[in-house]
Formats: sequence, C-alpha cells, structure tokens
Amino acid sequence: MNVVIVDYGAGNIQSVLFAMKRQGIKAVLSNELEVIEKADKVIFPGVGHAAAAMEKLQKSGIDLLLPQLKQPVLGICLGMQLMCSHSEEGNTNGLGVFDVEVKAFEKKLKVPHIGWNTIEQLQGQLFKGIENESYIYMVHSYYAALSSDTIAVCHYDIAYSAALAKDNFFGTQFHPEKSSAVGNKILENFLVI
Amino acid sequence: MLTKRIIPCLDIKDGRTVKGVNFVSLRDAGDPVELAAKYAATGADELVFLDISATEQGRKTMADLVLKVAATVDIPFTVGGGISSVADVDILLKNGADKVSINSSAVRRPELIKELSQAFGAQCVVVAIDAKKIGGQWLVHLVGGKQATKLDLFDWAKQTEQLGAGEILFTSMDHDGTKGGFANEAIAKMAECVNIPIIASGGAGNMEDFYNAFTFGKADAALAASIFHYGEVEIPELKAFLKDKKIPIRL
Repeated sequence: MNVVIVDYGAGNIQSVLFAMKRQGIKAVLSNELEVIEKADKVIFPGVGHAAAAMEKLQKSGIDLLLPQLKQPVLGICLGMQLMCSHSEEGNTNGLGVFDVEVKAFEKKLKVPHIGWNTIEQLQGQLFKGIENESYIYMVHSYYAALSSDTIAVCHYDIAYSAALAKDNFFGTQFHPEKSSAVGNKILENFLVI
Repeated sequence: MLTKRIIPCLDIKDGRTVKGVNFVSLRDAGDPVELAAKYAATGADELVFLDISATEQGRKTMADLVLKVAATVDIPFTVGGGISSVADVDILLKNGADKVSINSSAVRRPELIKELSQAFGAQCVVVAIDAKKIGGQWLVHLVGGKQATKLDLFDWAKQTEQLGAGEILFTSMDHDGTKGGFANEAIAKMAECVNIPIIASGGAGNMEDFYNAFTFGKADAALAASIFHYGEVEIPELKAFLKDKKIPIRL
C-alpha cells in the first residue's frame, strides 16, 4: 500500500512515520502534489500554529490539492483543524473540507489541554472495534466545535469534536500515533478504509 | 475525563540511564530504549528523558537516542538537558520528540521560551524549574541545582506562562531523592498562580505520595525516576491504587 505523509514542514512527522512502520507500512514523506495525488492513503499531520501552517500549504499548492483528493485522507491534530473552514488561531481560513469552526478554549480549565482523555459517541469505520470511553492522547489549545461531521466527542470544559469525517476525509484531534494500542488500532482501521 | 499522568523520568548520561540522589552520586539504571519500551507497555502516560551528559558527544548520542525511542514507543515523550536554541529543539522534534524541556537556559534568557513557543507551539515547550526553600522562600536554582538564584519560584512560574510555556515541570530539590513525598504545598500554590499544567517532581517514595500530589498538590502529572527504575513501585499497581481512590487515571 502506498501511504503518503504530507510533509509541509510542520509537525511531528517522524512519529507518524514510525507508527506506520509499526503497522508494517513503509510510508513516504512528500510535499509533491503528484506523489500525494497518486497515494492510496494520505496522512496530513500537523503541530504548531494554524496561520504559519496554512502559509506553507499555500506555497506548495497543497491547499488546493488536498480538498480535491478522492482517496482516504486522515488529518491529525492541527492537520484536522486545517481541514475545517476557519480557525480562531491567527484568524485563519482553513481548507473547508469540514464545515466546522475551530475555536480557542476559554481559559476556565488549563490550556493547553494536555494528556489522556476519553472519547465517546464513536461512529464509523475509523472506530471499528474501539470501545466507548477509550483513552487517547490530546495536546491542543484550540478545538473543532461539534457538527454533523463529528464522529467522536471529547469533553474538556465543553463537548467538542475529537474526530470528524466527511466522505473520504477523516480527522482526529488526538494523536493516534501517540495513543498506544487504541491509537494503533485506529490507524489500522484507517489503512483498511 | 482528562486523567492525571504518571511519568517515569530517565536521566541519560552518554546514552545510558543513570539516577542520582539529591542530584549527585550516579548509579547505572540500564538501557534507556529498553526501559522506555517497558514503561510504555506497562501503562506510563508519558516519558521524560533528561540529558545530563553536558558534552558535545553526549548531545549527539541524545539526538540518536530520541530517534530510537520514537521508533519504539507509542506514547508521548519529552526531552530536556542542554537545550538553548531553536536549532537544538528543531533536531529533537524532527527526530520524534513530542516536547522539549528547558531549564537554566530559560532563566538566563527568558526570550528563549517565546522563541520556542512561536516556532513550535506552546504545547511542546515544557519549562523545568528546580527550586529549594531558603529562609522561607522558594528560590529557583540552576545547573542541575548547583547554582542558586534570587528568582522567586512562583514569580518565575507566572513569567514562563506569559512567555509561552505549555507546561511546568517543577522539581523540589528539598524533596528530590528523599522518597518522603512531593512538595505538595508549593505545587498547590503554583497551581493557583498559573493556568498551564504542572508536572510534580521530586520526592516520590510510595503510592500514597502520588495520591497526595494529585489531591493536596493539585498536580496534573507526577514524575519519578528511581522508584520505577528499581521496581519499588510498579506502574500498573500504582495506577490501580489511584483509580481505586477515585483519581482519574488511564488504565
């Protein structure tokens, strides 16, 4: 299977690469549009600032390609947030795959939201075989609001989207590559979609 | 529900795990990659690697080690020790570290916190603070606790948050290595001063100490080294104990 990890200079790409390796997949890192387009599966990671990341995507033309892709695409953390319509982080327009607003946590609780939390109301293929209230690793200061694309819910002060899905597009706010056995199962599920 | 984190800490010298008592007298505690894999498999929520080599060769060994750890473990880990620039952090994150921790370099040049936070996001910037109570006041210490400053612990904690720290790793030097419990009073006070997660460090001796750090100390995470390395407290047993006492814990 040809898995391409979008490498646009943002995020902890090495960990995603190693997580694929643990699945027995030798994934390819690339920012070339042709390579991404021909992939069987595309993983779109990201850590850092939304505005800076969008700028990088625009430079490489990935911003236009990604929403057109037909194969399964998995956005992780900031990757998922960038697939939404807009983010309060740097007042940034996203790729608009998911019609969802990304908002800053109000500082009622500690921000960033760091650590292992539970996910619930799990839906669809990505969560096949995953028990309700499984623990996953979260680290973020902005969240995607609940929407009709929400396929998993997390609570931190408010209820928000722990994962989103629409057609061939998937996104997780948490880091499956850092979420131990549960995360590995979710990645395995993505690879067979 | 967000859970409290249990974090084994591995002090690394020239590629090996070591552990000192009160910051001195080092003993060998094994291969770090093997230990890391064992901790990840037995339920550690995160890992911290602190490089205490302080040599150029040691630093290179550390970057290689990060790559090996990232290949092996599927939980988050933080790397600290001798980090003083954006370039230092870039290598570690590229090799697969999730967060970095900075200590003395941040006190010497607080702007570093801001630079790292802007370059990589606050979520990966952990500011480690070593402090000791002197004449009734908690004072920040540098260089592995060897050098005292006049900086007040709580003032510094607040400042690090304002500069963009994502977490604080607070080690009480008075408690470190004593196995007499964490500095809960100071941790709780810090928790009132800042709105970022606090990792308590120094003093873990038994399971009750963790319970106290999470309740009286209001810590978000608790870190320990030797009691885990030498099997005095086993992580699965500790987590079951805490869960039983109604602490939110990932099992």
